[in-house]
Amino acid sequence: MRSNGVADRRDFLKVTGILTGCLAVGSPLALLAPSRAWALELKAFTSEQGATLLAAVRTILPHDRLDDAVYASVVSSCDADAARDAGVRELYTRGLASLGAGFAASKEPERVAALKAIEPTTFFQQLRIKAISTLYSSPLAFAYFGYEGEAFSKGGYLHRGFNDLKWLPEVPLADSGPMPGSGV
Amino acid sequence: MARFELNDDGVVVIIGSGAGGGTLAHELTRRGIKVVLLEAGARQSLASFSQVANEAFGQLTWLDPRTSSGDWAPAKTGSPLPAWLTKTVGGTTTHWGAVTPRLTATELKARTHYGAIAGTSLADWPIAHEELLKYVELAEQRLCVTRRAGNPGLPASNNFKVMYNGARKAGYQKVHTGYVAINSRAQDGRGFCIQQGFCVQGCKMGAKWSTLYTDIPRAEATGKLDLRIQSMATRIEHDAAGRVTGVVYRDATGVEQRQKARAVCVAGNAPETTRLLLLSQSGKFPRGLANSSDQLGRNYCHHVLGFTIGVFDQPVSMWRGASQAGLVEDEAVLDTKRGFAGGYFVELVNFDVGSLPLAALPYGWGRDYASIMDNYRNLAGFMIVGEDMPRADNRITLSEVKDANGLPVANLHVDEHANDIAMRAHGQKQSRRIMEAAGAKRVVQSEGSPFATHNLGTARMSTDPREGVTNPHGQTHDIRNLFISDGSVFSTSGAANPTLTIVALALRQAEYIEREMTAKHI
Repeated sequence: MRSNGVADRRDFLKVTGILTGCLAVGSPLALLAPSRAWALELKAFTSEQGATLLAAVRTILPHDRLDDAVYASVVSSCDADAARDAGVRELYTRGLASLGAGFAASKEPERVAALKAIEPTTFFQQLRIKAISTLYSSPLAFAYFGYEGEAFSKGGYLHRGFNDLKWLPEVPLADSGPMPGSGV
Repeated sequence: MARFELNDDGVVVIIGSGAGGGTLAHELTRRGIKVVLLEAGARQSLASFSQVANEAFGQLTWLDPRTSSGDWAPAKTGSPLPAWLTKTVGGTTTHWGAVTPRLTATELKARTHYGAIAGTSLADWPIAHEELLKYVELAEQRLCVTRRAGNPGLPASNNFKVMYNGARKAGYQKVHTGYVAINSRAQDGRGFCIQQGFCVQGCKMGAKWSTLYTDIPRAEATGKLDLRIQSMATRIEHDAAGRVTGVVYRDATGVEQRQKARAVCVAGNAPETTRLLLLSQSGKFPRGLANSSDQLGRNYCHHVLGFTIGVFDQPVSMWRGASQAGLVEDEAVLDTKRGFAGGYFVELVNFDVGSLPLAALPYGWGRDYASIMDNYRNLAGFMIVGEDMPRADNRITLSEVKDANGLPVANLHVDEHANDIAMRAHGQKQSRRIMEAAGAKRVVQSEGSPFATHNLGTARMSTDPREGVTNPHGQTHDIRNLFISDGSVFSTSGAANPTLTIVALALRQAEYIEREMTAKHI
């Protein structure tokens, strides 16, 4: 246990790279984030690898108005996996290298072509799943996509829009049911 | 709550606390029978259920590995979770969508009505429809199913308005907010549905039926239930005469324990039920317990599934509202003019923004993929659930992969039958028609589902011991005091979501076990 603790502490102190960014003016995320400027310390990847990874995730799931800060959360999660597991680190290191040195700076069609070329690889498939499961599950992404999340503390959506769609005809009572407490 | 001794050989041990095991535990204990209920998972409550989807997933899901093979979607997508099941008190009744249609008389005689379809192992259920219906109606009362037993339906959500208007325009007649085990009014000590949209994460109102807050506390109140949580059964033991004598399990601290038993009822959901019986093989039962027929693990059914996502110009806000309160019944009939046997339901389904791409959009990436997610506010969702064909080689077996205890995990193998493929094609075509009739500007569909949720048929009931694992009461043909109490016993899958039938069979089995005990047969 003690040696693990020491190793953890050393890992904590060791920073291998850094990614920085700034939330766009007018980003809805600015309301949620403590500060417009953000920085991500990497524990396994170099700054260059971090930038390549960020560009790859942006190419896999391109939402132009979604801030880099949200994409950086995917990089952070991959970095944590790589710091924990040498096999994962090796997988990412080789995979990122296969995308080439100029990947992050290249134009989108070129980035798409580079990713398309490695689509069947374990690296790409793992990165795709990682990107999808991380990017869309952060509170910042919830705000961007309009997902309202937790509802119990607010009484659910019963009186907050579960049936507020007006662009189609209403459903007859026989095929739906009464609102609770409506006395129907 | 009771505590029984490990060497008390008068107890009935039930393995698994979901729809089958939880119901059975209540039914036996209220008859005065002592029950030890082994549950591999921890115990949550209405208060502890998380409404952060990732957290809830971690709270409820069976995350130990399982493997898959064959040509079905879980194997093709390389899903680490070929079956999305739970490890928690209440089992899958904590995370289910609570959809509770009935099996039909035709489906219960699938072999008779569909004929001998090559490449299938179709069978008739050894239970008459009228007999099963008696218990189904009882189950509907207990679960407070909407549109049954005098319960009103749920009010229509936005997502259902899309389904309703589209389906009616497409010519369907039986379209409504469904038969769901969700309270449309407060009753049975449970709250009413406030349309949270968090059915899968555990219902904090208790509006959705679960054994976690109905049958299990009621069983505890009898003083006859000893519920042992975080207790993972690893082996069922037997004596020289071939009767089961007890269950070996790992307790919450990882220590191996051995509980003696008068009878054992296995309700772990088909993958774990099959695995446990296979792991319990011995010199006397070399192919696994209760497997003289070689049918154990075979005939694995999981339903024909497929998701349909419609993209609209205007908001739907699908995340608001009971997840699956919407049903089109018209296609759940036998009509071979469609080019396949069996039927299917079109069911409403919604997803939080994090789960949508993982479950319903399992393929793709790039601009086109992202554009669907950009429209999250404007999406509607349906899925089809239809009868799949049992096949002898669609089979749950022990995998090369082992769990943390060093025991082989379950491998789920499915090669789809042409009938399954034809049904999915029809169901997806009709789902698209419904979306488009409602005004969808784009429709995106998945080929199958990357995970199974309904797991059926691997210990099928039969009157002939050579053709199935259990008799019509879920009692194994080979071992009189060993019972199967989950969806494994289904002789065929039918189209209906299985929980209602599992509860009905557990109610019926409890009466039978009491009779067998009274008669000293077990």
